[in-house]
Amino acid sequence: MIDSFIQSWLLPVMRVSTPLIFAALGGMWCERSGVIQIGLEGFILIGSFFGAISTLYFSNPYLGFLFAGIAGMVLSVLYGVVVLHYRANQIVAGTALNLFAMGIPPFLSKIWYDSTGSTPPIPTESQFKIAPLFIMLMIVALTHIVFYYSRFGLRLRFAGEHPKALESAGVSIKTKRWQGVLMSGFLAGLGGGTLSIYLSSSFIRNMSAGRGFIALAAVILGKWKPIPTVLACLLFGVTEAIQIRLQGVVIWGTEPVPVQWIQILPYLITMIVLAGAVGRSYAPKSLGQVAE
Amino acid sequence: MQSIQKLALVLGSLLVLSHSAMAEIKVGLVLEKSGKDDKSFNASAYQGVKRAEKELGVTTKTVEAPDNSAYESLQRAFSEKKFDIIVAVGFHQLESVRNNAARFPNQKFVLVDEDAKMPNVRSVMFEEQEGSYLVGALAALHSKAGKVGFMGGMDVPLIRRFQLGYEAGVKKINPKAEVLSNYLGVTGEAWNNPPKAKELAFDQFNRGAEVIFVAAGNSGLGVFDAAQEKNKLAIGVDSNQNWVKPGYVLTSMLKHVDEAVFDSIKLYKEGKFTTGLIRYGVQSKGVDYAMDENNAKLVTANDRKKLEALRADIITGKIKVPDYYLIQNGQKKK
Repeated sequence: MIDSFIQSWLLPVMRVSTPLIFAALGGMWCERSGVIQIGLEGFILIGSFFGAISTLYFSNPYLGFLFAGIAGMVLSVLYGVVVLHYRANQIVAGTALNLFAMGIPPFLSKIWYDSTGSTPPIPTESQFKIAPLFIMLMIVALTHIVFYYSRFGLRLRFAGEHPKALESAGVSIKTKRWQGVLMSGFLAGLGGGTLSIYLSSSFIRNMSAGRGFIALAAVILGKWKPIPTVLACLLFGVTEAIQIRLQGVVIWGTEPVPVQWIQILPYLITMIVLAGAVGRSYAPKSLGQVAE
Repeated sequence: MQSIQKLALVLGSLLVLSHSAMAEIKVGLVLEKSGKDDKSFNASAYQGVKRAEKELGVTTKTVEAPDNSAYESLQRAFSEKKFDIIVAVGFHQLESVRNNAARFPNQKFVLVDEDAKMPNVRSVMFEEQEGSYLVGALAALHSKAGKVGFMGGMDVPLIRRFQLGYEAGVKKINPKAEVLSNYLGVTGEAWNNPPKAKELAFDQFNRGAEVIFVAAGNSGLGVFDAAQEKNKLAIGVDSNQNWVKPGYVLTSMLKHVDEAVFDSIKLYKEGKFTTGLIRYGVQSKGVDYAMDENNAKLVTANDRKKLEALRADIITGKIKVPDYYLIQNGQKKK
């Protein structure tokens, strides 16, 4: 009984949520520092691409996973330069970043593997078994502690909430925001790595499939707080698992529920939860405002 | 003065180039967004033109659409560059082929998987239900408990056609067998989502399925991964996918898009190109099940004998494989 619960509910929910949780925590750090982050989709995509490539290269999923994060972080440097240094509009820059990220894998895989946007399969022996789940739990715990109980976390939150106060204490707003942006790139890149190294065995073009935006929704649903954000990701995982389990099942009458109705579920639940169940979700006060 | 001379030289050489190119047959291939490396449907079409290039000496150019709105302009670009044949792959391209065929009445098109009903289009369709019927029978032969799975990509009539034929084949061997069916989604993302396919496959295997037939483009790779992890079997689709995970892929339901594309180009070269609807079924081996060294141990001689008997019965009409398109049209008439 317990075993079947773990096999058919707990593990699937955890697996589906893992990339979301990495990306959502990254997005949360970034937004709490006061920078809007809609580029998560792009970081996930780049992370999963470079994660697959470096796993193939090193024959080691841990190194591949690390490089997935680094690849996301490198891309986030670009975002940081554009929005923090040149003060571009963050929504526009984020959208451009997503489009840019979509173009990179086909371009590079054409050169390296003569294929448009997919990598050769990763051999079974260099795939993850279950490690990313534990890494994910560790990152969640670490995020919670650093966010609430460290000077670093406090200062970063002030950069998004009340930057003037931070400045008067002699701390650079820009530095804190840079840290937020880099963390979002790294964590979302790791989330991408789980997609290609852990949840499947190669990179497929556009395999992020909207997960970056779901992660962003989870940040808002979780009111920009670590644990509620993780819970929101798990909620999406649960709806996905329900959706998988309900397909083709006869609930009433003789015909199964049409698949389209089942597949509305995640979005329907999101809207209901957003509209009523959680109450108002307040964004960080200085979100998207340019530091002087 | 000098620069004008240079310009004239460049223009002249361009003219020569385009003349020499006009002597040979030029084929433009427009693929769907899953691209030539989907190891499946588009890959097969790509192999077809590559073979034509090698054996027939034609010039080919392949483009992949970044999204579904790009087909029309890609085909049009080929038309405007005076390509002899434009091969459009996939039912998503139906509308754009119809529009371009009307715009360029002298241009020859080949459309795979849909009937364009235009005078200058050769529409190639496959009897997917017949091939699916055969692999369904094979799946049932390899399921002791009588439980098998089906997984479709995007929920569209074409994939329903696979499902219906597969179910009929399963039931032919084991009337009490149960078929678990899932679809990955209702948008184009469904073809490119292996992690989700893997989860769905885990679910079907946990519920007792022993073989899963997957018709979901790139997403099928997730099902093969799951079969390997759970030590179960999967059936590939469109191209021969037996090599992807040897020992875990029972067979692949082949859809010889490569043959169809190659044939069309060959006929054009011989001056025998015809337009209208051309159907490929089990009789012409346009649809088939794949046998090679990767699955030789999995499929026994006895299995093959049974499948060949079924094939013969389909050809003579003794077995009527249900066709989702016909059923759907029947419903519309009501």
